[in-house]
Amino acid sequence: MSRQFPSDSVGIIKPQTAHFDEELTLRSGKSLNGFDLVFETYGELNSSKSNAILICHALSGDHHAAGYHSESDAKSGWWDTCIGPGKAIDTNHFFVVSLNNLGGCAGSTGPASIDPTTGKYFGPDFPVVTVRDWVNSQAMLSDKLGIQKWAAVVGGSLGGMQVMRWAISYPERIEHAICIAAAPKLSAQNIAFNEVARQSITNDANFHGGRYLDANTYPKQGLMLARMVGHITYLSDSAMGSKFGKDSTLFDPSGDKFGRDLRSGTLSFGFDVDFQVESYLQYQGERFSENFDANTYLLMTKALDYFDPAIDFGGDLSRAFEQASCKFLIMSFSTDWRFPPARSREIVEHLLKAKKDISYLEIDADQGHDSFLLPIPRYIDGFKSYLARVFEELSSDAA
Amino acid sequence: MRPDLEIIQNWITPKSRVLDLGCGDGSLLNYLKLKKNVNGIGLEINAKDIQSCIAKGVNVIEQNIDEGLTNFQSNSFDTVLLAQTLQASSKPDLLIDEILRIGEHGIITFPNFGNWKSRLSLASNGRMPVSKFMPHNWYDTPNIHFCTVKDFDALCVEKNVRILARTVVDSQHQGNWAMKAWPNFLGEIAIYHITKNS
Repeated sequence: MSRQFPSDSVGIIKPQTAHFDEELTLRSGKSLNGFDLVFETYGELNSSKSNAILICHALSGDHHAAGYHSESDAKSGWWDTCIGPGKAIDTNHFFVVSLNNLGGCAGSTGPASIDPTTGKYFGPDFPVVTVRDWVNSQAMLSDKLGIQKWAAVVGGSLGGMQVMRWAISYPERIEHAICIAAAPKLSAQNIAFNEVARQSITNDANFHGGRYLDANTYPKQGLMLARMVGHITYLSDSAMGSKFGKDSTLFDPSGDKFGRDLRSGTLSFGFDVDFQVESYLQYQGERFSENFDANTYLLMTKALDYFDPAIDFGGDLSRAFEQASCKFLIMSFSTDWRFPPARSREIVEHLLKAKKDISYLEIDADQGHDSFLLPIPRYIDGFKSYLARVFEELSSDAA
Repeated sequence: MRPDLEIIQNWITPKSRVLDLGCGDGSLLNYLKLKKNVNGIGLEINAKDIQSCIAKGVNVIEQNIDEGLTNFQSNSFDTVLLAQTLQASSKPDLLIDEILRIGEHGIITFPNFGNWKSRLSLASNGRMPVSKFMPHNWYDTPNIHFCTVKDFDALCVEKNVRILARTVVDSQHQGNWAMKAWPNFLGEIAIYHITKNS
């Protein structure tokens, strides 16, 4: 019997691969001689090819944003909350394209791919890619798909940074920019967290200078630790509190409830896991380390650190935004402390200075940075109404 | 169209840049966009109103006016609107300064507390007036800085603000000759078009 997916799911999706023979010169000056991008599409492209939306993924995301890969697939794509028939990014209206970025580890050419010139894994020899390089490669994918102009380019976090880069670098190819829980560049604190993550990976005994795949191993502990640190920054204090901060009913030394969410009825008085939050983080880290390439993680954090679109304009972000001709929707979440509302407000301020069409939503949400992945009613409503409006514009343009 | 909005739109130049402080559900900006092709942006804090703006395709920024407008450049708008919001702002005098810093012109509307109904209500009942257009009790009203037409005129003199036009309407947003003659007594809503005195 075939599995029934929810009616607002895009159902089973088959990833596709686009191969590019042409050379791509990167921001670093290095170049890639041909590469693959793996991507998925949802919905139908209209005859004028005007209803396409590009999804840009964040640090650990990939092309699998919505639907399922098989009947037995337990987990849907990472942004299934927002992509599907009748959802915010409505696949009844839009043709949605989601890719795995260059340097990724889910099928696009990256450090875990074989370098055709050597026949070995790229590993640490894979060039450092930047947000700009990603957007250039995404533009090449657009050409291949025959999409001259995106109705919208959409992304959260590092994905939102790609959205800004699209607006600045390809003004004629983007109608709307939707940038969620992002920042115009990283703060010193953001970079510091990334550096802890990188150090934990590169100092793992199994890292082998990045050539761990040649040694048939991987830096599991380092990647776990990197993810654990990252994961803490994605959640808010209150989100962690409501998940793990409940008084324990298991341990009762004096008749009063003791402590927070103990795993077992007793304290270990050692350094093993006592609290639920510890085992949760370890579980998250472990699962991640089994599915993600360490070199890709290093690359992605560097792309974050290097992002600064103002750099070509003497540090003036508003001059960078002056290049853009699209309309903007910026959204942030109250408890996000990785890229807090103040960072989105910076984007808003410079867009105003550049006299752009802009809407900004600052959504009250307990879930921290991760909010952009979650079904928060006000967020989804605003997102959905905005895109419904974009679709109306498309329809009236066509009429 | 509501008569007060009809009056306001007469003061707006086609294709100009308009900032609407406390834009509500975006009706006015939407009307100005359709009728005058203005490039408008609204500020609002009410989630439901913000949602209505987005559904209309009106640019809206979620921002509390009382927390400052420093993110707006000086002289970056042709007109800054403040409709029925002055009396609810924490520092109306500083807000007027900000309006004329950001915009070349300001359009401000507020309920006129000098209206005869308010005066009569206070004089005869000895209690703060509650009416259809000022429906709150003194303790739960968002309107913390009521003023009269005369008060506002005096503030403009004090601040060296030039009044380009002043008109008053009743709560149905209609005006007549008597209101023109006795604005502070008969007018229920005051509408001012102001600019900096150069």
